[in-house]
Amino acid sequence: MGAFDRLERVSEVEWTIPAHGRMLVPGRIFADEATIEQLRAESLDEAQWSALRQVTHVASMPGIVSAAIALPDVHPGYGFPIGGVGAFDPDSGVVVVGGVGFDINCGVRVLRTPLDEKGIVPDLDRIGDDLFRSVPAGLGSSGAIQLSMAEMDRMLAEGARYAVAKGWGSDGDLEYSEDGGRLDGADPSAVSSLAKQREVNQVGTLGSGNHYLELQAVERVIDREAARAYGLEEGGVVVAIHTGSRALGHQIGQDYLRELGSAHARYGIDIPDQEMVCAPIRSPEGRRYLAAVAAGANCGFANRQVIAHLVRSSLARTCGIGAGEIRTVYDIGHNHVKFERHRVNGAVHTVLVHRKGSTRAFGPGREEAPSAYREVGHPVFVGGTMGTASYVMRGTDVAMEMAFGSGIHGAGRALSRKKAAKKWWGEDVLNELRARGIRIWAHSARGLAEEAPGAYKDVERVVGAAEAAGLSRAVARLRPLAVIKG
Amino acid sequence: MGFAYLDHAADLAVRAWGPTLGEAFAEGARALFAAMVELESVRPATSRTFSVRGETPELALVEWLAALVAEKDTSGLVFARFNARVCVGSSETSVEATAWGERHDPARHDASCEVKGISLLGLRVHRDAGSWTVEYVADV
Repeated sequence: MGAFDRLERVSEVEWTIPAHGRMLVPGRIFADEATIEQLRAESLDEAQWSALRQVTHVASMPGIVSAAIALPDVHPGYGFPIGGVGAFDPDSGVVVVGGVGFDINCGVRVLRTPLDEKGIVPDLDRIGDDLFRSVPAGLGSSGAIQLSMAEMDRMLAEGARYAVAKGWGSDGDLEYSEDGGRLDGADPSAVSSLAKQREVNQVGTLGSGNHYLELQAVERVIDREAARAYGLEEGGVVVAIHTGSRALGHQIGQDYLRELGSAHARYGIDIPDQEMVCAPIRSPEGRRYLAAVAAGANCGFANRQVIAHLVRSSLARTCGIGAGEIRTVYDIGHNHVKFERHRVNGAVHTVLVHRKGSTRAFGPGREEAPSAYREVGHPVFVGGTMGTASYVMRGTDVAMEMAFGSGIHGAGRALSRKKAAKKWWGEDVLNELRARGIRIWAHSARGLAEEAPGAYKDVERVVGAAEAAGLSRAVARLRPLAVIKG
Repeated sequence: MGFAYLDHAADLAVRAWGPTLGEAFAEGARALFAAMVELESVRPATSRTFSVRGETPELALVEWLAALVAEKDTSGLVFARFNARVCVGSSETSVEATAWGERHDPARHDASCEVKGISLLGLRVHRDAGSWTVEYVADV
């Protein structure tokens, strides 16, 4: 009997796979019925990659606490599913390379500007042209900043703090970043020199694929109190930066798949699948991987900080606004592993939380949130696609209780790149979006086709399922005006 | 000899084949770069040699592809032609290979996605009816 046969419905948008076989805890899946049907269908075929099967793999790892969780944007990844969350006991648990992935601390920073939509629409071409020239994107693009190896190590230890100390931002940016823009425990010496060499030219670059820089209009405020706290007003303009730790993070992921490849056997851990390569959290291998991931996370924070600086410089040129007028709403990652305090079985414990394509979504009252956000919960950014809305949501007590304070990160792909490239032409995507008032700047026509909005799930449905489950509350709906793609 | 992309929603799933294991490895590399650039637009102006090892043929495949991805970033080269010799031993598989390409030129190479890493998901190396097939999933 497969995991899919045992799927039980708990509520309209919550499902469970009771612990069976080698599972130590149940699987807890938040999704609407259509998503569940799709997951069920893919799990029926043993040869297919299955997110449900991946949930059962996570649930069978030593030291897993409470449940293996999948959020409404779930789809198959490797190791953990995308939209997957797993928390582990620090003493008996493991750290799983596939629980973080290659794109360490991929995340979103949102900047709010004093601009308003009506004022900038006539100037969008000029503004977008300058942003496109200012923020390097696309395969093999080089950043304006080249770091020596000593500076690279400082960046890996200090994260966004390093960039701010260099003059590329302000303390306000750090205050409004997850972990203050710097994850504790980073050890640059746990990162290979190859990873650092690959990164030398990539600081301050967007990358390609689903990464983007968008100018977005605040189309609708849904939660006035939270929007006020976040400084969002209808008709206002924000900038969303979606990227991560670039090649450095990619190489850390690759290096530690190899380095931890045999660790599970050394520690007598029977893994359900080779893609669940792991090491005990307290082992030298596990500690070294965590130190490398923290360094990778810091690279991601620094990268978004540098890009924010480039955006500020560009908007100063084209719109005449000062850097101080462009404030960070929040900067938050959606591929990470970190120690956090959570209530488990009535008592507060430290657990190691893996979030793979899932964002932290702490509810009200948590001291990790900036003081201005503490009453409403901190922001959750749900990236749309080029043609669809993005959402700002906020964390809730339900997320704390049911999902280790985690929320959705995006729409989630529905079609493979291969199918998307067959179905659409880049030029058509560009023209169709232009007709809807969305300007696109892209380095690759083929990349545009692969990233066509139709290749993704409907973001409204995913947001709706997260709301229905009570995991996050929608604060504002954002509509793309100008999109820069790699 | 050839390659095909399998259906995987988020990542790049590849099946590549050839009459020898080396040719299958070379086709796997072609598939990797064909996902990133138009291969026809890449001139074989320069070359790099690679020597990698893995405990199994599958892990050697990962090392070979990962070495190419890293070389793309450190040298700024993109590759379109590959030659690989693969020796399968009892405790180790070795790959000696050459890749030909040129410096990435955004104006000429229609670059799309960027491969981030080679996963261990769906990793297979097998032989049937006189042909070798390799399968892997790359994160893009």
